[in-house]
Amino acid sequence: MEKMLLNNVDKPNSEKISTYISGGGYKSLEAALKKEPEKLIETVKASGLRGRGGAGFPTGLKWSFIPKDPTLAKYLVCNADEGEPGTFKDRVIIEKDPHLLIEGMIISSYAIGGATSYIYIRGEFVQGTKILEEAIKEAYEKGYLGKNILGSKFSHDMHVHRGFGAYICGEETALLESLEGLRGQPRKKPPFPALAGLYAKPTVINNVETLSCIPAIVSKGADWFKGIGPEKSPGTKLFCVSGHVEKPGTVELPMGTPLREIIYDHCGGIKGGKKIKAIVPGGVSAPILMPSYLDIAMDFDTLAAKKTMLGSGAIVVMDETTCMVKVAYIVNRFFSHESCGKCTPCREGTAWLTQVLKRIEYGKGKKSDIKLLDEVCDNIFGNTFCPLGDGAVMALRGFLHNFRDEFEYHIERKECMV
Amino acid sequence: MLSDKAKKEIEEIHGRYHSRRSATMAAMQIVQAEGGHLTEADMREIAEIVGVNPVQVQEVGAFYSMYNVERPVGKYHVQVCRNISCSLLGAEHIIETLEKKLNIKTGETTTDKLFTLTTAECLGSCGTAPMMQINDDYYEDLTDAKVGEIIGKLK
Ligand SMILES: Cc1cc2nc3c(=O)[nH]c(=O)nc-3n(C[C@H](O)[C@H](O)[C@H](O)COP(=O)(O)O)c2cc1C
Repeated sequence: MEKMLLNNVDKPNSEKISTYISGGGYKSLEAALKKEPEKLIETVKASGLRGRGGAGFPTGLKWSFIPKDPTLAKYLVCNADEGEPGTFKDRVIIEKDPHLLIEGMIISSYAIGGATSYIYIRGEFVQGTKILEEAIKEAYEKGYLGKNILGSKFSHDMHVHRGFGAYICGEETALLESLEGLRGQPRKKPPFPALAGLYAKPTVINNVETLSCIPAIVSKGADWFKGIGPEKSPGTKLFCVSGHVEKPGTVELPMGTPLREIIYDHCGGIKGGKKIKAIVPGGVSAPILMPSYLDIAMDFDTLAAKKTMLGSGAIVVMDETTCMVKVAYIVNRFFSHESCGKCTPCREGTAWLTQVLKRIEYGKGKKSDIKLLDEVCDNIFGNTFCPLGDGAVMALRGFLHNFRDEFEYHIERKECMV
Repeated sequence: MLSDKAKKEIEEIHGRYHSRRSATMAAMQIVQAEGGHLTEADMREIAEIVGVNPVQVQEVGAFYSMYNVERPVGKYHVQVCRNISCSLLGAEHIIETLEKKLNIKTGETTTDKLFTLTTAECLGSCGTAPMMQINDDYYEDLTDAKVGEIIGKLK
């Protein structure tokens, strides 16, 4: 398979612009600037590219919502918040091939008519921030950023904005609040960011991996991209695999690759030859899968049909020694810690769930606790301002549905089943 | 009082944004990088520079977990990830090892003010779990021996 995302990452000095250019980098930008912006949006639409940040929204369609009025300021924001536990794929591009992302962002900005773009990066990624800032400087020096790029009429500025420890800022409207210097709490939609985003101006927000697909789509064409993987979720995908596997890491494979192949052929199988117990297929918000689903095709639609999701492509593998009550507690504690506090069901509900899960985990659970968890879940789900609370519930329901016996055992015997 | 260097750095950031208020987070980061934490007085000065009410800067300081507001930390701030992948591979054990090595509990600072130990909920380094962050740097694929070596070097 031909890669489009991890071609450069193993080269020495892969983060330098000279390495990127000698591998054919910035040729797509040159080609793109000779096309009409409208044509580029059509190409991305035709490619079938869907957002890699979690929701899988068609990228070309999102871009086409941006008003064409040339007097309006427009923005592109790259979502590099990478906060969903289990996810560490964007970091690979940021640290090892920053120019792939930057080239993708310049082309995308040209397509939507944006004069300024921001990379919103999570605060903990200090090295990534330094690498991106250096790469942006290099791109200015070579004339890929700044005034009249490559002699064209298009000018563009790019900046890095650091988050500072808040998962919710990965949600696109909370991210915009944060960019405006405020607490990161989600905004009401509509209006959608495409009409009123950053500073109330039309704004496109895309994930790092999404934007990094753009140079290949421009150079190799929409048909080439669409020819990889399933028709409705085409392209390659970064799968970041962690937990109880022999060789954890990030791999680039066609969308729709079976889960079994990813875990056993590309990540060395289960650590120490143990038995597999459960798998998080797409970041902790995605309900767990049982081993009977190992042959599932890893793409947006197939996973959605099984009531879980591809999410960020973060696969967390758990072996037979894993206590599911403990994992459920840890996952829920995360959501409770990260709830932004704006709406009551999420703020109070996730805290309550964590309290109950904690007492079950520590051998103080009550008989009525499982029913209580179910009820609190019902009161959160569908009643929150943004999807964070729903994510917490989807995750917990997955554990409760598949491992109810372990919760009961934990409550009765005050110890783990494993 | 903010240092002249910090003030100059903050001034340079303004050009990146359409609104001065957008520099709030970066300004707070610059000041915290110098002193390790933020004080009420720092935040009042920042508010004046970015043109908002002091309470708006305090709000930001309280919301984002990486701002150490009125919370001095040691010279080395050790943050151990304890979320799903790190926990599956022994984060709790790494935390215990650190508590023993530093002779403090999680959340505390050593009496010589060299180390502060806290936990974090996923630092985006799950493929190299268990891991921790000390100030700006990630330390990955941790073992007891590795933790001992890292702390030994900093002591
Ligand atoms: C609670 C929450 C956290 C999110 N975190 C991220 C994130 O860390 N990175 C990301 O790209 N998208 C994240 N998203 C999705 C974004 O809101 C948005 O859909 C995405 O950035 C759009 O880009 P895409 O179309 O390229 O996927 C999150 C969404 C929610 C509700």
